[in-house]
Amino acid sequence: MIWIDTVLQGILLGGLYALFAAGLSLVFGIMRLVNLAHGDLIVMGAYLILVLVTLLGLPPFAALLIAMPVMFCLGWGLQKFLLNRTLGDDILPPLLVTFGLSVVLQNALLETFSADSQRLPTDALTTASLQVGPIALGVMPLLTFASAVLVIVGLNQLFYRTSLGRAFRATSDDAVTASLMGIRPANIFATATGIALVIVTIAALYLGLRANFDPNIGPARLIYAFEAVIIGGLGSLWGTLAGGIIIGVAQTVGAAVNPEWQILSGHIAFLIVLLVRPRGLFPRAND
Amino acid sequence: MITRRSLLRTTAATGLTMAAGSLAAPAIAQGARIRLGYVSPQSGPLAAFSEADKFIIDGFLASEAGAEFEVIVKDSQSNPNRAAEVAKELIIDDEIDMMLVASTPETTNPVATTCEAEQIPVISTVAPWQPWFIGQQGNPGEPGSWRPFDYSFHFFWGLEDVISVFTAMWNQLDTNKQVGGLFPNDGDGNAWGDPNVGFPQPLAAQGYGLTDPGRYQNLTDDFSAQINAFKQADCDIVTGVPIPPDFTTFWTQAKQQGFAPKAASIGKAILFPQAVEALGDQGHNLSSEVWWSPTHPFASSLTGASAGDLATGYMAATGKQWTQPIGFAHALFEMAADVMGRVEDSRDPDEVAAAIAATQLNSIVGRLAFDGSGLPPFAAANIAKTPLVGGQWRLRGDGGYDLVIVDNSDHPDIPVGGTMEAIS
Repeated sequence: MIWIDTVLQGILLGGLYALFAAGLSLVFGIMRLVNLAHGDLIVMGAYLILVLVTLLGLPPFAALLIAMPVMFCLGWGLQKFLLNRTLGDDILPPLLVTFGLSVVLQNALLETFSADSQRLPTDALTTASLQVGPIALGVMPLLTFASAVLVIVGLNQLFYRTSLGRAFRATSDDAVTASLMGIRPANIFATATGIALVIVTIAALYLGLRANFDPNIGPARLIYAFEAVIIGGLGSLWGTLAGGIIIGVAQTVGAAVNPEWQILSGHIAFLIVLLVRPRGLFPRAND
Repeated sequence: MITRRSLLRTTAATGLTMAAGSLAAPAIAQGARIRLGYVSPQSGPLAAFSEADKFIIDGFLASEAGAEFEVIVKDSQSNPNRAAEVAKELIIDDEIDMMLVASTPETTNPVATTCEAEQIPVISTVAPWQPWFIGQQGNPGEPGSWRPFDYSFHFFWGLEDVISVFTAMWNQLDTNKQVGGLFPNDGDGNAWGDPNVGFPQPLAAQGYGLTDPGRYQNLTDDFSAQINAFKQADCDIVTGVPIPPDFTTFWTQAKQQGFAPKAASIGKAILFPQAVEALGDQGHNLSSEVWWSPTHPFASSLTGASAGDLATGYMAATGKQWTQPIGFAHALFEMAADVMGRVEDSRDPDEVAAAIAATQLNSIVGRLAFDGSGLPPFAAANIAKTPLVGGQWRLRGDGGYDLVIVDNSDHPDIPVGGTMEAIS
């Protein structure tokens, strides 16, 4: 019974990792931009929600609704005025710029909010659980997982059902040809980063409800997001969810054997997938 | 008979306005002010330890004895390499006479090691003495090779005190004596879980069973494995030394998964009120070691202020709740003033080191003397132990928490504010 519990907890943990990864996957898939500041943007989102909660006295889920459009505009501006200038044949400039952005964000947060660890205000929901037979599943992890699935479903609908999605896919496949068809890649990229930051805000909400955060905690979250994206395969959103779940289950199963193995087994699962399927489990296209 | 030392102390304590400097401290009389270097983690993950630094240093410089000093403050950025680097800068560029350093082995050890190598006297605090002393040895695994230091001195408590305090608190409750251990794979976690110097032996000796699932990495997102192990062993008690985010994750998951111990005595993670507040209303009756509080019956040798006065002053000046490092930061500067009041030449490291070793100071954290009491012989020359008691966080009506001392069996002179309560 403990094994079933372990795997279930791992799947739920995978939902959190998939949420961390979805925004990264989107940006990576459309413009091959590796955003090293992704983890810090999540932490920034958490602080934004915290500010709204404390200033306006809103419950965290209501604050999320205000934070999402703010973060969208921020992402749009960030891409339009900063990251677009770094995109080109060379992959190094965007890496360096986002790395620098990560350092700037951490220190700006440290200056503004101090190093105190913070947490979004919690209520009975945080510790509530659902009894399924002998296994207790937390309501909050279940919500996290459901949100991850919803985000992935929503992104897939956007990608394959709307004209914006068509523009995303076209730009991703060949930006030059797409621009001949009247699409402005710069604007498409900006919209994509805006949407990515909306997902980042959702991830930030669950991060802030689950545990403490402080300005320095971002990079530690980035690595799992990366691994989930790579395991899933470039550009595959369902693959990202699968990648998150694989890392989550590998971690909880590893920890059940010995807690020393927890983090390591997640990384080992990642390496095994890379060995067997170097392009990830569900690569979208052959590029 | 009036000695230099007693005169400095009296003038400082009573706040006499006479220009006592030249009489009190010959070292000071040479014109230049005594230069103190101070390293602490003012930014980064450990920054909460140093929040009171500015308040303490401003208070010290404004005091009678403090006027003779210049304090050069450096930030370790919570990074051991950076700590060693700024220590070197202080010694070589700023030509300090003595180093002060505080907060966690990650800060104290690199600074003390640098000072020892450069032959600059250093006083350090806020790190249990085992990781400080043993961690700086060439071969920490070989007790026979451990050597005392010539210029490095440290005052704080040790693991034996924390074990004694925790078991005394648990003995107040009716439990099945099964303890679950949450020990991370870092300096503190490895020391606490170590089969020789850590929790396992003393717990077994007192009839407690310890379930230790193993060392986990810091910033772990899931504690199901530990929770399942503790549930299987039917643990009534949880202890350990996790970092704050990990304890929040653990405690939230434990509640979600129906694991409800009667006592949780946690080091490090719930030291600061902000970290307990992060748990919402789930932090009520969590217990922790208490090294200093406003109710400790000690007073400053510099200003005569009691522990309560110092905490009140801090809260009035900053609007923040008092924290435990305040007392120890103040005591560091008490030591500096006391030591420099007893030397002829502050620039002579051997004389200063000898003066530190001879310290007999009633400070705001208790009596400080390097007489080896309560210590094994190898550490006796370099370490002074301070008293440790146990406390519980109690939820206030407004959502904040107060730290209430609930066990003083090792140090009955420190008053208790209540008795140990089980977590409901």
